[in-house]
Amino acid sequence: MKILGSEITPYKTYLNRRKFIKGSLASAMLATVTSSAFANHDSDLSIYTKNLNENDKLNSYEEITTYNNFYEFGTHKKHPHLNSGNFKPRPWTIKIDGLVKKPQTFDLEKILSNVTIEDRVYRLRCVEAWSMVIPWQGFQLSELIKMAEPLSSAKYVQFVTVFRPEEMPGQQKRTIIWPYREGLRMDEAMNPLTILATGLYGHEMPNQNGAPIRLVVPWKYGFKSIKSIVEIRFLDTQPETSWETLAPWEYGFYANVNPNVNHPRWSQGTERRIGEFKRRETLMFNGYEKEVAHLYKDLDLTKFY
Amino acid sequence: MFSTRNFNRSKPVLFILILFPSLLWAYQFVTGNLGVNPIEKLMDELGLMALRLIIITLMITTLSNIKPLKSIVVLRRMIGLFAFYYVCLHFSTYIVLDHFLDMQFIIQDIIKRPFITFGFISFLFLIPLASTSTNNMIKRLGFKLWKKIHYLIYPVAILASMHFYVLVRADKTEPVIYIGIIILLLLHRIFKRLTRPQLAQ
Repeated sequence: MKILGSEITPYKTYLNRRKFIKGSLASAMLATVTSSAFANHDSDLSIYTKNLNENDKLNSYEEITTYNNFYEFGTHKKHPHLNSGNFKPRPWTIKIDGLVKKPQTFDLEKILSNVTIEDRVYRLRCVEAWSMVIPWQGFQLSELIKMAEPLSSAKYVQFVTVFRPEEMPGQQKRTIIWPYREGLRMDEAMNPLTILATGLYGHEMPNQNGAPIRLVVPWKYGFKSIKSIVEIRFLDTQPETSWETLAPWEYGFYANVNPNVNHPRWSQGTERRIGEFKRRETLMFNGYEKEVAHLYKDLDLTKFY
Repeated sequence: MFSTRNFNRSKPVLFILILFPSLLWAYQFVTGNLGVNPIEKLMDELGLMALRLIIITLMITTLSNIKPLKSIVVLRRMIGLFAFYYVCLHFSTYIVLDHFLDMQFIIQDIIKRPFITFGFISFLFLIPLASTSTNNMIKRLGFKLWKKIHYLIYPVAILASMHFYVLVRADKTEPVIYIGIIILLLLHRIFKRLTRPQLAQ
């Protein structure tokens, strides 16, 4: 296997693994032990591959971090990798508001001290008909929703990306209406597959992949998985989302991966898995039909695409 | 004043300059140096090159109205043929590498997706242009008919730039610049047409 520069960089003590230390020497030592157990992902891919489907192969760290759609850093796939160097993902807070018991702002460290970080290997299917397999680290969104204590009237969750044009050069141009916004229905947000990811391949989340914290909804097109989240709102009506606002005839609120519903620009029947030569068939709900199909049993998916 | 000979002399250099990118991309593709999605990258680069060359052929006609550059027209055929060369490479990348000759899928794609329809028609219109590009063909068809056929370059340019415009998801600056240039070049031609009879009087 080719060893990439990015993969042999010595590890710092990553926030992911650090959440239970608070500076004391004893726990710092413990952190060294735990992080080394995760550290060398290149020599022990089995941590991730045990969750892998037999037809899937992990994409490399290089593929995952140099080919991104993150218009905040530019519209080309290579821009996020090239232009995200000045972005500062620390310190970080997430504002919780809307239909909740008490609107509040959480420090990211505080959130991370209350959740369990786990490995989740997911397929990511972009609406542009390419896909990857990515080993994320993160926690279930449902855990944060419980901390947020939404009211029973909350039916939807809206997410907002940070707006920092001085650190995110793509935001200096009005390609889309900033800040980027996304949303989920409450039951989608509570589904155990839905996670907030804080790392990949055991690395802290790279800036170009949505540092320090991003959504991952594996059965929906990639644009639903909003990056660098600073605000989460609980609502009783379906929230506006960025791509739907920009081109409603192309992008719907649901945006479930669906090979039977075509997009005006890309056939959604097949996809190119990054690293593979031939296209593959796209799977219903990106292959997560068993886990999520029940959420949509009363919904006409050709109308609510 | 640049003579026809000046322009003719620059042809070998131009030939290599315009051919070179395709050789470079082919080499990068084969050696795996075209990024993580090489087929997409190859298709994008080839298509963009073709569009730029098409626009350059339109510009050459306009430039030839400037007295000292009158003879620049001798470069137009070569650049036009190169545009066709890049369109062919672009289209075959789509057919062979992107869709592995899955003709049923490709036909559906061409019919259903407007941007592919635009690109495909643009390609079709280029075929008669390329195949009548010899001196012999001009003689056989007669200059008038030949010229009429070659008006197809206008729909070709418009459709090709629309093909690009529709493809881009959000930041349409680059396709808009190309469309703007094409419109200006066409307006100039229309203006010339309208003013010509007055000059004759």
